[in-house]
Formats: sequence, structure tokens, C-alpha cells
Amino acid sequence: MSDAAIVLRARDISRAFPGVQALSGVELTLRAGEVHALMGQNGAGKSTLIKVLTGVQAPDTGSIELLGQPVTPRSPLHAQELGISAVHQESHLLPNLSVAENICAGRYPRRPWLRGGGIDWRETNKRARELLAGLGIELDVAQLAGGLPAAVQQLATVARAVATDARVLILDEPTSSLDAEEVKALFALIRRLRDKGVAILFVTHFLDQVYEVCDRITVLRNGKFVGEYACGKLDARGLVAAMVGRELVNAGRPAAHAPADTGGAPAVLAARGISRRGQLKPMDIELRAGEVLGLAGLLGSGRTELARLLFALDARDSGELSVDGKPAKIDQPADALQLGLGFCPEDRKESGIVAELSVRENIALALQARMGLGKFLKPAEQRALAEKLVAALGVKTAGIETPIAQLSGGNQQKAIIARWLATNPRVLILDEPTRGIDIAAKQELMNEVLQLANAGTAVLFISAEIEEVVRLSDRIMVLRDRAKAGELPRGADEDAVYSMISMISSAPA
Amino acid sequence: MKRLAQHALFWPCTTLLLLLVVCAVFNPAFLGVAWQGGHLYGNLVDILNRAAPLMVVSMGMTLVIAVRGLDISVGAVVAIAATVAALMIGGSFSAGGEVASRFPLWLALATALGVAAACGLWNGLLVVKAGMQPIVATLILMVAGRGIAQLLTGGQIITVYYAPFYTLGNGFLLGIPVALWIAAALWAVLHLVLSRSALGLFIRAIGGNPEAARVAGVRSSAITLCVYTFCGLAAGVAGLIISSNVKSADANNAGQLLELDAILAVTLGGTALTGGRFTLAGTIIGALIIQTLTSMIYSLGVPPEVNLVVKAALVFAVMLLQSAGFRALVMRVARNPRPGAT
Amino acid sequence: MNRRLLPLGVTMLLFVGMAVFGAIRYDGFLSPQVFLNLLIDNAFLCVVAVGMTFVILSGGIDLSVGAVIALTTMISAALLEAGWNPYASMAMVLVLGALFGAAQGFLIQRFALAPFIVTLAGMFLARGCCYLISTESIPINDATYASIAQARIPVGFDASLTVGAVIALLVVLAGMRIAHASEFGRTVYAIGGGESSARLMGLPVASAKIGVYLLSGFCAALGGVVMTFYMLSGYSLHAVGLELDAIAAVVIGGTLLAGGVGYVAGTLFGVLILGIIQTLIAFDGTLSSWWTKIVVGALLLLFCLLQRLFEGRSRKAA
Repeated sequence: MSDAAIVLRARDISRAFPGVQALSGVELTLRAGEVHALMGQNGAGKSTLIKVLTGVQAPDTGSIELLGQPVTPRSPLHAQELGISAVHQESHLLPNLSVAENICAGRYPRRPWLRGGGIDWRETNKRARELLAGLGIELDVAQLAGGLPAAVQQLATVARAVATDARVLILDEPTSSLDAEEVKALFALIRRLRDKGVAILFVTHFLDQVYEVCDRITVLRNGKFVGEYACGKLDARGLVAAMVGRELVNAGRPAAHAPADTGGAPAVLAARGISRRGQLKPMDIELRAGEVLGLAGLLGSGRTELARLLFALDARDSGELSVDGKPAKIDQPADALQLGLGFCPEDRKESGIVAELSVRENIALALQARMGLGKFLKPAEQRALAEKLVAALGVKTAGIETPIAQLSGGNQQKAIIARWLATNPRVLILDEPTRGIDIAAKQELMNEVLQLANAGTAVLFISAEIEEVVRLSDRIMVLRDRAKAGELPRGADEDAVYSMISMISSAPA
Repeated sequence: MKRLAQHALFWPCTTLLLLLVVCAVFNPAFLGVAWQGGHLYGNLVDILNRAAPLMVVSMGMTLVIAVRGLDISVGAVVAIAATVAALMIGGSFSAGGEVASRFPLWLALATALGVAAACGLWNGLLVVKAGMQPIVATLILMVAGRGIAQLLTGGQIITVYYAPFYTLGNGFLLGIPVALWIAAALWAVLHLVLSRSALGLFIRAIGGNPEAARVAGVRSSAITLCVYTFCGLAAGVAGLIISSNVKSADANNAGQLLELDAILAVTLGGTALTGGRFTLAGTIIGALIIQTLTSMIYSLGVPPEVNLVVKAALVFAVMLLQSAGFRALVMRVARNPRPGAT
Repeated sequence: MNRRLLPLGVTMLLFVGMAVFGAIRYDGFLSPQVFLNLLIDNAFLCVVAVGMTFVILSGGIDLSVGAVIALTTMISAALLEAGWNPYASMAMVLVLGALFGAAQGFLIQRFALAPFIVTLAGMFLARGCCYLISTESIPINDATYASIAQARIPVGFDASLTVGAVIALLVVLAGMRIAHASEFGRTVYAIGGGESSARLMGLPVASAKIGVYLLSGFCAALGGVVMTFYMLSGYSLHAVGLELDAIAAVVIGGTLLAGGVGYVAGTLFGVLILGIIQTLIAFDGTLSSWWTKIVVGALLLLFCLLQRLFEGRSRKAA
């Protein structure tokens, strides 16, 4: 394997942004016919390195050689022409164009001059269909991309990147929205490409995926190059140690969490027959004080939809909500807030942080919203509150007046949780709170969740990582195909959850 | 010095000072302020007086832009408010010289303001409840509103003879123009409300990330509706000042191009069109810049046609200066004056 | 596929509905010439609206088009007065219009400035330049212009089109072709769908963004040329507020102001609908012309609400 031809070699890459040295002296060597993992915690510099390789950012120092020739990608288009293709985390298809057009955009087949010289749509559709078929995807290529589920769009995005005969294919967190079946299909595709001699750079958080499909690993930490390892020679523990910089004490099961003694009190929040057409079939759910209810299920099973309906972010078509056994009117998030509910959304950038505001203002926002316009949380009070919570949660920030956009993803997430903690919620809904967060921060967050429950808050914990759900929850509710599949008590293991998930009904939702 | 330069109000203030200096250079008497006829008198006073309606409208516009909205109907609302007030006061002119108002003055003013606020509410409902894009929603009133005003006046200009009405646009209180008092009072009230209550934070949150604000429990719909209603109300106040100034209601011309000047004032003052952070003080300065420019052109003896070209050049200059990309380009060129060296 | 054409269908239906209403209510409403007059009287608006369609499809807006029309008429009149060859002066103003648009597009693209403000300033600049050339109207006495203005192209049924109307139709056809079959046109749609995604895909976003404003400037200049045939004069106050009519035509034609969705053919119908409103009011005789504005406003409202409804339903189904 070490004889494989080197396709891309990046040396001594450095890049600084105002206030932060994102990369310094980073190396990367990609070989033909290999899948190379790029790993590191949040803020390690992976995204920046990819931006440099694809011409989105220019490096301050360093050189890139493609097949022995020095190259300087000036733009994504230029990088594509050179043979470096990428599927970014934020790659989206254009929702208003057809699937075929998304795949062929910029490379349309043209009619010959004599017949008008315009775009040949029939050929475009044909090419797209053939390309997707080669990847095992059957789709109506003429339909608008916006109508497809997110996971299918992701596959089409990869298909597009593949269409350019790239020598280097960069995949930046391609599996974060895919379920197990789709991941399998993607890996089959990756292996097919690898066998064709493409050098593939694969960025992911999922350790098991690295070992499943990758040949080599490059680890970055704090913008610096830590090392390049062969997968066979470095085990998961060693990998984590390289990423984190110290041996992680195996946390094992978190501190014992006394099962909640509700004493027969009615559920803090209960929903009967809650549903929304096209998103969630009618179901019941109960959240009890001091209890962590885990919500498990595959992508698309309705977990986030249920959470959003409970918090009234989306309007429900049916169902009654009650708080402490009494019917409650919750028609908008402000109502939910008044009743002591809190909601940490899945997408912190889109629905969580207000980028322009400072950490202090972001943290104080929900509490102030609950107090309304009548009562004012004075700046001094906001400062005290923010400082207390920043310290308690270990949010790494230069200060509470820093614009929250400057924090890393994990710290932003902590700040959002701090926002809700400030309101002393009776019910806290956490939707994928650990996504995109490094291991150390994940541990801290999960401990925090347990502390909350110990203090009497009812927690609804949603995570795609079944292992996490199993570890933390007092009770597990399993969703399948937008309906409730069942509940499992504390102590149920992952197998039990997977069994409940996979008892698939043959009819589509 | 660098920190001063980075202050939000640095560029607007500098621009205004520059304009005043140019005026003073060409006309040494420009900056003179005297006491005449029982009140302050001079070019500067004039600028402040004429800028008052624009300041008022621009303050409303600032808040709308801050919540990621836009209101291009303010000119039409000015016309509507002026028309309603004029109709209610009446254009009667009795031979004896004693002019009475058809309705009590306060009622006429209140109705005009009420209608203006209702226009703002209409815009807000279209944006919030019907989910329309602000530029479209307010475009509708901009197009139809003037038509409605002209329908009410039958295409005529209504002259108002009722003297007490003139104080709004022409009167003086303690030597300072009443219009300026109105603008200053509005600013004071807004400033107090925004800094002593959570409204400022909520507006910045809604403008910064509407979805996040909603998730955090901010009552975005209600606040946005209030902001648009206030903008309509502000336009109504400006309409009263303007029509009082010219002692008539001209449905066709009143407030013509005012929305553009207001958006200009907001932008010149440093509030971004993308919403979020805003500055009322900057907007006030922006309005003063626009008015100073007009006065400067007039006092320099330059033909008034040049006004538009100069306004355009000024807007381009400020826009470019506010653009990070342009500043970076200038820095790069300044460091490497040799062509081709990067 | 069919759902995408629904807004266009609604627009066409509305047009037909209004035509039928007019035919029933007034005699001679559907005479072929009255019908063609819809296009003849609004030819310059049609040309401008096609350019505006592309700008709006890309998610931008161009407020300078009315002013550019006026400036075009002024420059044409001034050049002709100075003795220029009529065709040379036409070519000149078209080039100037394109350059003006390209300059705006450059500022918008290169420095990430808001299109609203840039074209607003452009509008001030263009109208200001009009006043600088002359505050009075300048008549056009050139023989070529006069003969073009008077030319009539018969199309049968005792009806005929003007040169301006033919130009408008050609521009619509060209616009449809560019939108559907050219790389530039598809890039414009892509930008409207998501600029950052389009950029990451490697599409030529930068040049396309400048291109739409260049196209809009060119169309505005061409609209100005058509207006000179119509008015035979150059005047700074020509086409005041025309940009709003153009935007209304585009929206009523089914193009979303957010960008990415819409058809050039729809814009043609949008223009015809605006024309038919004016004709209906003129035929009625009792309504003052203010009603035109009110009806246009009401139609805009209706269409925007329909667009919202349509979006909401398609989102639920997805």
C-alpha cells in the first residue's frame, strides 16, 4: 500500500484568521486507490484545510502538489478543473432545479450548432439517470431537488462530485444525515471509486466508520499536524488519544442516577394524540420530573418532528398537551416558555445562536423572553448570569462579550444549553445536543444532562447515537416511520432498541 | 485612534463634518446662527428643520430594517396622512377671515395618525401573517396607497387655511423649530424604550436570526407587527409636519422619493440592510447628511439638478467604504502600489 | 413538472378572464387592434420587464431601469440633435446601457453590496445625468426615427404591429431561449436557488451576477430606444416609476421575488395584464386613472398571497 502513487501532497500549510491560527505547518499525503480519513476535534482545522485544498481559501504558507506538479487552486471551479472535487458539509442541492440539472450544472451537454446550440435536456436527463443508476440510486431525475428528503439529496450531491472524473475526492462529513442503509450504499460507492484509483479524503466524527472504510488516518489537533497512521496500526483508543492529546479515562457509565421518584404525581408534560400531517402520526408521550426520556429511532422516524410539535415550533394538526395534568394552551414557543419548557434545537447555527449577539446576550435571551417586555434583565444581571453559567458548563470563550459566532461549534452548543438552564426549565428538550462535538465536550454535556435530571427537570434526550441514548435514559421511547414503535425501560441494551426499530412494516409511511 | 475609527458612528459623523466644512469653506456665513424674529435663525437651523420629517420617517425605517424588513410605502403613507388631516380640517375659507376647522384639530391629527398606524399594521400583517416578502408587501401599499390618497382628494391639492395647523411645520418653541422638537422627542422616547427594556435585544435577535429568536421564545410576530405599525405611525407624523409646512396636502407629490431617502439615511448611518444591529443615532446623522447635501448644493449655487448625481455619488462612496471587501482591496493596493505585484 | 407551471397557468387564466370580461362588457374590446395595442402601448415596459425577470430570478432587483430609459431617450435626442447617424446613436445608447448595468453588477458582485441600494443609487445617478443634459424636453426630428415610429407591420385581421411591439416580442423570445437553453440562464436560476451552493458547485456565479445586471441595463436601454419611437422626444421625466410597473409585471407573471422560480413567458402575460387593466379603465370612462394604481396594487396582493398559498401547500406535500 505504501507503494501506491502519491496523488496529492500538501506541505507546511498555514492559514490564520483574525484572532486565530487555524492551521500551522499541516501536512497531508493522499495516495491513489486509498481512502484517507482526516480526523480531529472541533476547531482542529479540518474545514480550513479542505477550504485550502478546494481553492475557497488561499493558504498563507505552504505548497500543494498534484501528481508531482505544484498547483494553487484559485476557486472551487478551478480546483475541479485540476481534478480536486469536494462534497462539503454545507453542500446543498439547488431546490428549484431538477435533480438532473443539479448533477449536470456547469457541464451541460449541448445540442450541435445546426440544431440550435442550446442545452440538450434529454441528454442531460439521460446522463444523470445513468450516473445515479451506476451508484444504485433510482430516482425521477426530472423532479425538483427540493422535494427530495435530505438524505437522498446528499447522495445526489456525491454523485455530482463523482461526475467530474476527479483524481481527488474530498467528502466532508458526508454521513451525518444518513441512516445505516444509506451509509452502506455510500461506502459501497466509496470502495468502487477507490478501486478505480481515486484518492479519497474522508472527514468524519464516527470512529467506527473510519475503521470500516479507511486505509489511513491523518490527525490534526489545534491546527497542527499530529501524525499520519495506517488504520491497521492504530486502534480506536490510540486514535482518540492522538486527537485529544491525552489518554481519555474511559468514562464508562456516568455517575449513578437515582431513578426518579415521581410519587405518583402527574407527568410534567404530557401529549395525547399529537400529530402533524406528513410528519408525525398520532402518538402519546409523557415526560416526568427528574427523568431522562430517551428518544431513539432512525433518520426520518419523526424524533425532531415530535420535539418541535411539543414545543409548538410547528403547528400540530391534532393532540392535546397538558402540564401537571391540567390542559395547557401551547400554540407558539413563547407559550411553551411561559410554562417552563425549553428546547435545544438540532441545528444550532440555523435555529440556535444569534451570531451577531454576544455570548452574554445569547445566554440571557430566553430568560428575558419569558420575562417579557414588562420586566427588564439589566445588563449587570445578565453579566452575572452569563458568567455563572459559562463557568459551570466550561464554555471556552475569550469573554462573555465575545460575539458568539467566534466560538467553536461545541462551545456554541454549550452556550445554547446555558441559555435554557438560565430559565430553570421544568422540561428540557435536547435535540442531538452532542452532534458535531468532540469527545471531551460530549462527556461534559452528558454529565450536565444527568445533573439536570437529578435536580428534578424532565429531560427529553434525542440522539442518533443509540449508545448514548441507552447510557443516559431512564426510559426509552422508540420511533419508527413517524409512529411510536414502543417503549423500553432503563437497563435495556442497544440490541433491544435496534430490534424495536427494525420491526419494519412493509408499507411506506 | 484606531478604536475611534472602529466606532459605529465614526464614518457617518466624519461624512457630515466633511460636508459642513465644505459648506463653510465656500460660504463663510454658512455656519452662522442668529436670533431673529423670536427664534433661532440660520442655515444650520434650516437644515435641522427641513431634516426633521426625514429623521422621523427614518427612525421608523431603522427599526423595520433591523428586523430584516423594509417599508417602501412610507411616502404613500405620508400622502395619506396629509390628505386625511387636510380633509378633516377642511379647506374652508370664509370671507370674514376667521377660519374654523371642520373637526377639532386634535381629532384631525389623531385620525390621521391612526390611519397611518393602520397602514403600518396592514404592512405588518402582510409580512407576518401572510408571510410575504417585505418589499412586495409594502410595494402594494406604495402603488395603491397614492392612488387611494388621490381618490380621496379627487386629484386636487387641498389647501389648509386653519392657522393653528401651521405650527407643526412652521412654528417655534423656545426658539427651536417645533418640527425639531417632535423629532427629538421621538428619538428620546425610542432611545429610552430600547435601552431600558428588552425591546432592543428582541429586535436585534429577530433581525440577527429570526428562527433562533422564535425558538428562544421571543414573541417575534407581535414585535414585528409593532415595528411596522410604528413605522407607519412615524410616516404619519412626518406627513403632518410636511403638509403643515406647505400648508396643503398634495397627494401626488407629498413624500415623493421619501422612502428612498429614508433607506439612504439608515444605510448612511451604518445600519446594515441585512438586519440585526442598528443605530438610531447613526440614522439621525444619515438624515442630516442628506439634508446638508441638499443645502450645500443650493448654497454653492450649483444647479439643483446636480443634487441627484451628488446623492448618488455619496451613496456609492459610503457603500464602498462600508464594504469590507472594498476596504481590503484598498489596503492591498496601498501596500503594493506596483501593478501586478500581489 | 405540472405543478411548476401552475403559477404561469394562473396568470394566463387571469389574462383570458379579463379579456373575456372586457369583451362582454364593452363593444369592440376584443377587436384585434385593441388587443395588439396592449403590446404596442406597453412595448417598452415589456422589454424592460424581460431584463428585470432575469435580475429577480437571480434574487436581486434593479430599481434603475426607469431612469436608464429616460437617460437613453435624452442621450438619443442629444446625439441626433448633434447630427449623429440614427443607427449609430441607437447602437451607442445600447452599449452605454449595457455598460451602466455591468458597472452596477460589478459593484454588487465584487463588493457584496445590496442590489437594492446599488441600483437605487444608480437610479439617482441616471436621472441626475438626465437633468444635467437638459431639464427641458428635447424633440427628436430625425427622419429615420419618424419613419420607424410610423411604420406598421400588418398581421392580418385589419390589425398591425409597430416596430416597437415586434422588438418586444423578439426580446421575449430571446429571453425565453436564454432562460431555458443557455448556461448563463441556468446559472441565473441556480443563483436564485442558493448562491453559496451554486458557488460551491463551481458554477460561474460571479460572471452570471454581473451578467444579469448587464442584461437588465441593455434591456432598459433597448426599452428606451423603443420609447423614443413612441414619444419622439428625450425627457428627464420619462418612465418615472416604471421600475415598479416592471416589478409588478414580473411578479404577476409568476416569478418569485425571492428568486429561482419563474418564466419569461409569464412576464409577457404580466405586462399584458397591466395593459388590459388600463384598457378596461379607459373603456369604462367613468373611473379616474388613479384606479389603475389601486387595481395593480390589489392584483399584486392577490398574486403574492396565491404564491404563498402555493408554496405552503407544496411544502406540506413534500
